[in-house]
Amino acid sequence: MATQSVLHFRDVGLGDVATVGGKGASLGELLRAGIRVPTGFAVTTAAFRQTIEHLTVAGRTIPERVAALDPADAEGLAAGTAEIRAVLEAAPPPDEVAAGVTAAYAALCEECGDPELPVAVRSSATSEDSAEDSFAGLQDTYLWVHGADSVLEHVRHCWASLYSVESVTYRLRRGIPETDLGMAVVVQRMVGARSSGVMFTRSPRTGDKSVIAIDASWGLGSAVVSGDVTPDAFVVSKVTGEIKRTVATKTRWHRPDPSGAGVVETDVPAELQDVPSISDEEIAELAATARTVEAHYGCPQDIEWAVDDAGEVFLLQSRPETVWAEKDRIRKAAPTARPFDHVFNLLGGKRPTEG
Amino acid sequence: MTERSFPVPSQLEPVAGAEGWESMYPYFSRFQPEDDERFWFYNSMHFPEVIPAFDGLTSEIPYTAIGANTARLFSFPTTMGIEYRILNGRVYITANPVLDEAEQGRRFADFQERAGHYYGNWDRIYGEWQQRIEALIADIEAVEVPELGDLDPLEVVTGGRGFASNHFLRERFHRCIDLYSKMWHHHTELLMLGYGAYVVFFEFCKQAFPEMGDQMVARMVAGMDVTMYRPDDELKKLAALAVELDLGDLFVEGADPAKVLAALAERGDAGARWLAALEAAKDPWFNVSVGDGFYHHHLSWADDLTVPFAALPRYVEQIAAGQDLTRPTERLAEERDRIAGDYRALLDAEEEKAAFDQMLGLCRQVFPYIESHKFYCEHWFTTRFFQKIRAFGALLAERGVLLEADDVFHLRHLEVEDALVDVSLAWASGGTELGARHWQPIVAERKRIVEALSGWSAPPALGAVPEALNDPAVKMLWGITQDTIETWLGGDDDDESTVRGYAASPGVVEGVARVLLNVNDIGQIREGEVLVCPVTAPSWGPVFGKIAAAVSDIGGTMSHAAIVAREYGMPAVVGTGMATARIRTGDRVRVDGDRGVVTVLS
Repeated sequence: MATQSVLHFRDVGLGDVATVGGKGASLGELLRAGIRVPTGFAVTTAAFRQTIEHLTVAGRTIPERVAALDPADAEGLAAGTAEIRAVLEAAPPPDEVAAGVTAAYAALCEECGDPELPVAVRSSATSEDSAEDSFAGLQDTYLWVHGADSVLEHVRHCWASLYSVESVTYRLRRGIPETDLGMAVVVQRMVGARSSGVMFTRSPRTGDKSVIAIDASWGLGSAVVSGDVTPDAFVVSKVTGEIKRTVATKTRWHRPDPSGAGVVETDVPAELQDVPSISDEEIAELAATARTVEAHYGCPQDIEWAVDDAGEVFLLQSRPETVWAEKDRIRKAAPTARPFDHVFNLLGGKRPTEG
Repeated sequence: MTERSFPVPSQLEPVAGAEGWESMYPYFSRFQPEDDERFWFYNSMHFPEVIPAFDGLTSEIPYTAIGANTARLFSFPTTMGIEYRILNGRVYITANPVLDEAEQGRRFADFQERAGHYYGNWDRIYGEWQQRIEALIADIEAVEVPELGDLDPLEVVTGGRGFASNHFLRERFHRCIDLYSKMWHHHTELLMLGYGAYVVFFEFCKQAFPEMGDQMVARMVAGMDVTMYRPDDELKKLAALAVELDLGDLFVEGADPAKVLAALAERGDAGARWLAALEAAKDPWFNVSVGDGFYHHHLSWADDLTVPFAALPRYVEQIAAGQDLTRPTERLAEERDRIAGDYRALLDAEEEKAAFDQMLGLCRQVFPYIESHKFYCEHWFTTRFFQKIRAFGALLAERGVLLEADDVFHLRHLEVEDALVDVSLAWASGGTELGARHWQPIVAERKRIVEALSGWSAPPALGAVPEALNDPAVKMLWGITQDTIETWLGGDDDDESTVRGYAASPGVVEGVARVLLNVNDIGQIREGEVLVCPVTAPSWGPVFGKIAAAVSDIGGTMSHAAIVAREYGMPAVVGTGMATARIRTGDRVRVDGDRGVVTVLS
């Protein structure tokens, strides 16, 4: 098992969920599949564990402190978790971890030719259960972070989120041991997105696997994901490439704060509101990319993507689509003894069941 | 909640100037008081215009055949036949569902045995069907109107025939009607079983791939070697020959066919060769009606060269410019198989793939019949049939009963028989036909009534809103679903400039509308226009080469407008119910064949 504090995306794949979390493993795997993703690295679960082991809260280890909490005691829980988070966010991590993250960020800056490279810092959970992730609030994302110190600070924010009231309550109620806890953090170059959105390799509306459904809007994808804007909707046939378009009036967009930190949410200029946010060529490229990813994983995918100012398409994330997977088990048809028995089944009307 | 209903037949205002229209049609075609309680829809797909009295036969006979087929031959479990009524010269129909479940069960046992026999022996039966229908066509072609001279020929006496030629008046007229009836029985013989196979595949595709466009199902099924494309292919060959023989200059848009033919006759060997090729192509391929074979005045290409000669200039121009107009059947077949293969691969389970193969296979087996029967029945046979009736009309005109041959089509077929008896008696007795005084005022009156009725805007539906639509043909052929009914009821809040229908052929274009209410005006359509019509017929194919899009009031995704539009790769929206009422010639419209929406822009 790897004990390195950081791993570049190019060195990981789907098999590395335990080390770099689901997001990190997925991004590495996409790179392996030949998909363009913004470059970056993962701060590993080993780095997290090393940090936790190195800290104490009121003379006790963090796992001991959590074990002492009572999920039924709301006040005690709030105070106890706040205490843990404060320690985790304030105390410097072990030198080895800090040095690893700082060096990896420097290498990333070098790779991208920008000494103050803006990055996204996101938590990358090791759990397979996305319901657990959302319940436990492990979806932290910090955009437009730059400078090694700031990166380290936001990595600690991600770690601290594991000790939110909700997250701790969840573990205590389910009896999940603190020693099993793992959390990686993904640090990834920010794409200056002209347009972005999400896409499904099947229709989220009907489950139809013969189409790719793309939602797109101006600016950063957070506007689409948060529901701040009604995006353009494109449905692309995998069989014929035909595109069904619904161009929305896109009133809001999220853009990097010009001051260089974080994101601002403003109105889309009037002349852009009713213009399709991606071109037909970009739709075609997104659809082709989505098919490659789906084929690579062998199951329908839920993908976040962005197009930068140069018109380059990037994938930011891909995960299995789960809503329709269950319904797929209902078979729509089975072969009959003779082909025309299908006609009898459909047009036969009501009749006494046999036997 | 208010009870929703369409206009009821008994409450409709009479059409001014059309009083007495009922006498043009048989008593059993009239709306009855209790019909107010039932759902009826206007079959404007087959009967887009007012029906002249004789042409009432083209609803009466088809409905004796199609109903007999589903109800009495094959015992379809959930549906009997289609009932029809004529109101103000338009045909309204309704399907009679079988609602009792025990009755459905009894019918199912017979259905399995009978339909199973046809499906199980389909290729052999279809082969025999083609022979039977060709024999019927030979029979109708062989019917001759008897000649009534001063004396019957000597051979009648010396040959010992023993009866005079006036006997044949009624017998041969009857033979035409009898053959027409038989043709319609054969027409519907395989039709509903064919649709059954199609509906199965269609429903499966809609379930497995809800986003799949209707036209995609049709594209996976489409046949390559379709008889209905042949007349158009023949025209292209004639255009190529004109170019090869250096006669292209004679084919210009808007030229009168008679003048073109005369000019060809003056071009020596080349002209003679082309005219000979035209004659060869005509029989049988120009026996395509400009309509759908339901009106005597929808002449065939063979009767009136306007449509083929309207298409030739463009074909000549394209071929001269080096374009290859032959249908790329190999490429189309590859594309069809690729699409089917791609959808199949998207299915999850092996057993679904196996079922898909079975359903698609069955569709492809039945489809040559579905796509080709129209040429044999509505076009080739029916062209000959109307020609024969017109010949009887010529006899009546010659004998002074009628003013001109086509007046025969303003008499019901039983009235024609009466008039023929009149001739027969006058010829036998040496007296005079009494029909001139009787029939000529009736014909004049009916022409006036037809004119008055033609201005009536027929509601798309009458009577009660139905609870269920059980008949497979109603959906697949007429394109009528619960959604259609909602649209007719005005349930959606589209404005006046939007018309919705079936997305029959994909693509979006804008263009100037040409509204054609009468198929004989097809020659008016100009390059790049959007055709808006009550219904289109397969023989309009060549005109599709020059229009930008097609919009029709009636028709489903398997209607001929849809098939031909897909073939030509142009957008089409069919089954709108109201396009010809809302759109005017000269309007700028956008046709969205992906979504089935037509918008009037200005």
